[in-house]
Amino acid sequence: MSSTVISHGAAHHDAHDHHQETFLTKYIFSQDHKMIAKQFLITGIVMAVFAMLLSILFRIQLAWPDTDFPILEVFLGKWAEGGRIKPEFFLSLVTIHGTMMVFFVLTAGLSGTFSNLLIPYQLGARDMASPLMNMLSYWFFFTACVIMVASFFVESGPASAGWTIYPPLSSVPTSIPGSGLGMTLWLISMTLFIASQVLGGVNYISTVLNMRTKGMDLWKMPLTIWAFFLTAIVGLLSFPVLVSAVVLLFFDRSVGTSFYLSDLVVQGEILPNEGGSPILFQHLFWFLGHPEVYIVVMPALGLTSEIISTNSRKPIFGYHAMVYSLVGITVLSFIVWGHHMFVTGMNPFLGGVFMITTLIIAVPSAVKAFNYIATLWRGNIRFTPAMMFAIGMVSFFVSGGLTGLYLGNAALDINLHDTYFVVAHFHLVMGSASIFGMLAGVYHWYPKMFGRMMDTKLGYLHFWLTFIGAYLVFFPMHFMGIDGVPRRYYTFTAFPFMDKWISVNLLITWAAIIAGLAQVAFLWNFFASIWKGKKATQNPWNSNTLEWTTPVEHIHGNWPGEIPTVYRWPYDYSKPGHDTDFIPQTVPFSETMSSNLPHDFEGNEEAIRIQNEWNKENNREIIEG
Amino acid sequence: MKFKINNRFRAVLGCLLAVGLLFSTPSFAFQQDSLAQDTAVSATADTVDEGEADTAATGVVADTTAADGEAATATTTTSSSSSSSSTVVDEGSQIDPQVYKNMTYYILLFLIVCTVVAVVGKVLAIYELTRKMNGKYNPFANNTFQSVLLVIFLVAFLGFVYYGYAVWGDWAWRSAVTEHGERIDTMFIITTVIITIVLVLVHILLLTFPYIYRMRKGTKAYYYPHNDTIEKIWTIVPAVVLTVLVLFGFFTWRSITNVPEDLQKSAIQVEVLGEQFQWQIRYPGADGVIGKRNYKMTTPMNSYGIDFNDKHAWDDIQASDIVIPVNKSVRFHIISKDIIHSFYIPDFRVQINAVPGMTNYFQFTPTMTTEDMREKMNDPKYDFVMLCNKICGSGHYNMQKKVVVVTEEEYKEWLSTQNKYFTEDLQKEFAAVDSGDSKEFTTASLN
Repeated sequence: MSSTVISHGAAHHDAHDHHQETFLTKYIFSQDHKMIAKQFLITGIVMAVFAMLLSILFRIQLAWPDTDFPILEVFLGKWAEGGRIKPEFFLSLVTIHGTMMVFFVLTAGLSGTFSNLLIPYQLGARDMASPLMNMLSYWFFFTACVIMVASFFVESGPASAGWTIYPPLSSVPTSIPGSGLGMTLWLISMTLFIASQVLGGVNYISTVLNMRTKGMDLWKMPLTIWAFFLTAIVGLLSFPVLVSAVVLLFFDRSVGTSFYLSDLVVQGEILPNEGGSPILFQHLFWFLGHPEVYIVVMPALGLTSEIISTNSRKPIFGYHAMVYSLVGITVLSFIVWGHHMFVTGMNPFLGGVFMITTLIIAVPSAVKAFNYIATLWRGNIRFTPAMMFAIGMVSFFVSGGLTGLYLGNAALDINLHDTYFVVAHFHLVMGSASIFGMLAGVYHWYPKMFGRMMDTKLGYLHFWLTFIGAYLVFFPMHFMGIDGVPRRYYTFTAFPFMDKWISVNLLITWAAIIAGLAQVAFLWNFFASIWKGKKATQNPWNSNTLEWTTPVEHIHGNWPGEIPTVYRWPYDYSKPGHDTDFIPQTVPFSETMSSNLPHDFEGNEEAIRIQNEWNKENNREIIEG
Repeated sequence: MKFKINNRFRAVLGCLLAVGLLFSTPSFAFQQDSLAQDTAVSATADTVDEGEADTAATGVVADTTAADGEAATATTTTSSSSSSSSTVVDEGSQIDPQVYKNMTYYILLFLIVCTVVAVVGKVLAIYELTRKMNGKYNPFANNTFQSVLLVIFLVAFLGFVYYGYAVWGDWAWRSAVTEHGERIDTMFIITTVIITIVLVLVHILLLTFPYIYRMRKGTKAYYYPHNDTIEKIWTIVPAVVLTVLVLFGFFTWRSITNVPEDLQKSAIQVEVLGEQFQWQIRYPGADGVIGKRNYKMTTPMNSYGIDFNDKHAWDDIQASDIVIPVNKSVRFHIISKDIIHSFYIPDFRVQINAVPGMTNYFQFTPTMTTEDMREKMNDPKYDFVMLCNKICGSGHYNMQKKVVVVTEEEYKEWLSTQNKYFTEDLQKEFAAVDSGDSKEFTTASLN
């Protein structure tokens, strides 16, 4: 489909309009980037709800460790016999919650959705470089989701070695039931997922590099595209390493190799494995695992940049600095993975080196946060629900990011490693921040996706309940961590020093339940608005970027006629001298003589001469050539 | 474009077949069987006792009876008295119908809340509509409202942060009782001061700017795309602060982990072995050297796997708690028998993973005895505790060991009362193996 679209021009394209589309090709095996984006988003939302329900289940266990909830037995059967969740199942819950949220929701649901939607739209391309690969990317992802959910229907239960699946726990089925068939399914699911990410990543990168419309040079790309582009690079370089880790683990489990295993006596049985090292797996895992958190947060930062700028009616402050900080994060993200392993027995000197690189990565992140605030300064701020979520995202990014200064510091990490402090840190900085970036994106681009508007009042309700809820859930966890409460503990009743935290757990669980119920407002809003929302106008937010020049009704190839040419950067908001507070990228400088500034011409002398002639006629200041 | 659906289905079916074959390989089948047995054994016939179940609105609290005899009678009574609404979930366990009723109440309650929200939404919409009809509608009213909410949130947030520091921080904070822990604490406090300042300042700016610069009638934004000087400042300032923290942290870390060799040797040596779900402690005995361990020599009697061919192992001492003298450097050798555990003593600021196949070390000097700590905490029952901090299975949440810090005299006295690993029974077993020639060992090492 795609090759035809790209090769022949729009006129010819119009002549035979659409290819024969059946329900199957339009909605299921679609190769259209807009439809694939919606598929990613809805699958991501379904996975998010599923993973959220899992988290509510283990929150219930933590808040009421001595109470039975017979209703749980109705749903969970033997996993909650007598209405109380079993320790093994508790570990499965946290494992699958983590896996789904990190990979299926925040990686595929976030960058899958918005890369697919916005890369062709904002660059002025008719579709992705390879629509077929794009379709495969979604279907690999979907299969991965199905397999992961299916692991709940396995006799021995889903994987339960934590989302980091450290061997030997994950490789020796006698050590925990979840490491039986459930773990195999986890590994298969993850392999498919990585295939999906690689297919997607190659596609995003080649589209960004090759299919930009006329005039769209790299420095005219919106920050969203920069973020997706760099995210795709990070993913493409790091995900294959996880495949190798997963495949070797698969061999250890099923073929009898000893890549990660050595000197084991599990449940009294001496295992024959010799010579492997569990630390090897940790290196391989975190070589993906750490870039992964940037894969999760960078698209959210990109979306936030765009939304904050648009709704502040003001250019993003320090566009170049924003790009360079993203590039900096991209490069540095590959040399910091060791900070997850300070106390695992990695060479302590190496730990010191990783600590230095880790704290350096805080600098570009700090620059981004400050630039957001500078963008708000003297803006003309319009609080759409998307803007509220974007502000919330910056808040989470800052409060979660700051605690990274403790964890990145090897000496402080001794006492905080694997405690609730870590849980609080990453749930704020990559969990909440990315989810908020994603929700901001959904509210902002919903009109582009579905041609209708979401209800704003429900949006505000959703925002406030979620924003307050997330802080109530995650903020108190820092203090538990400082006290030394380890994560993944089934109950706090075994240690006298943890007794005091049960009351806090109660607060956290109630906050989580209420915030969870608040998502119903979003789900209702999202799905009802698809059919019943107010009809959207072509450019509802008065935005500059190219996607708002396409018609509201989705058409094959995005633009009915020729693809528009781009003349300027995407952030000309409230430019002095112009009659409206936005100038779309497609407006040439010749139409905005009254607002052109010296740096717009980038040293083009002919343009400066023309501008100066006009300035003379209109009594404007002469530009120094 | 034609859709060759048949071919694809064939490919998909082929894949499914391949996956199916994979699962039917012997190793998988074995895993599943053994697991199925495990779960079958652990599945006890817990039954919800209907007689106990209360009809209170909270009613989720229903007692379970674990005793088999009672359960049997309860099952008969429930099955006779409960109507068709009770569903059989598992053999021998039935759900009280009250449970479904309670669930329905909660769902109804939620639906009522939803209805209220919908009604409020409609009322607001009507209010807005009437304002519009009267020509009094202010399109920026909601904008102002949201920005005010953000300011209110800011106040609440700062209050919440203060409450957290004051109350929860107080619960959480106990000064370290080791030499290196005191340095960590200093650094922790410095970092906390820095990040608290940044957190508060950034949030004040982030949440007041929206109010100050909210969109109103006739307002316009200031076109201000960049300012290189400001950007340089807020790149360099964090960089400098971080450099200071990095250097401070780096040297502290090195001083903790990089202990000179003579100090390593002069310290008291203690070996800790983690296994599901307990810890074992080994003191070196009179010779001051911990004997070798060979996991292949693990037997039911020698569950530690100590290699008694090494004479250093003969006097190794078994202890039920970790007992160490105050103000003496102790070097812990952390090993694991099965999977990864983590040796974590929060009060000491000590943590290192127990990894199978390798030994990790942590050397530190405690500065306060348990007695002194109890006095300081004003809690006569207070104990230092070592806990497992790496997910290790169903018993992970309760894998602990008491750590007792005592004076040196008490330590020596205690040590002299502890038993050796090399008990008489083990000596007999070892002698039998030894006389049975080393054949067994050569074959074992071939495995």
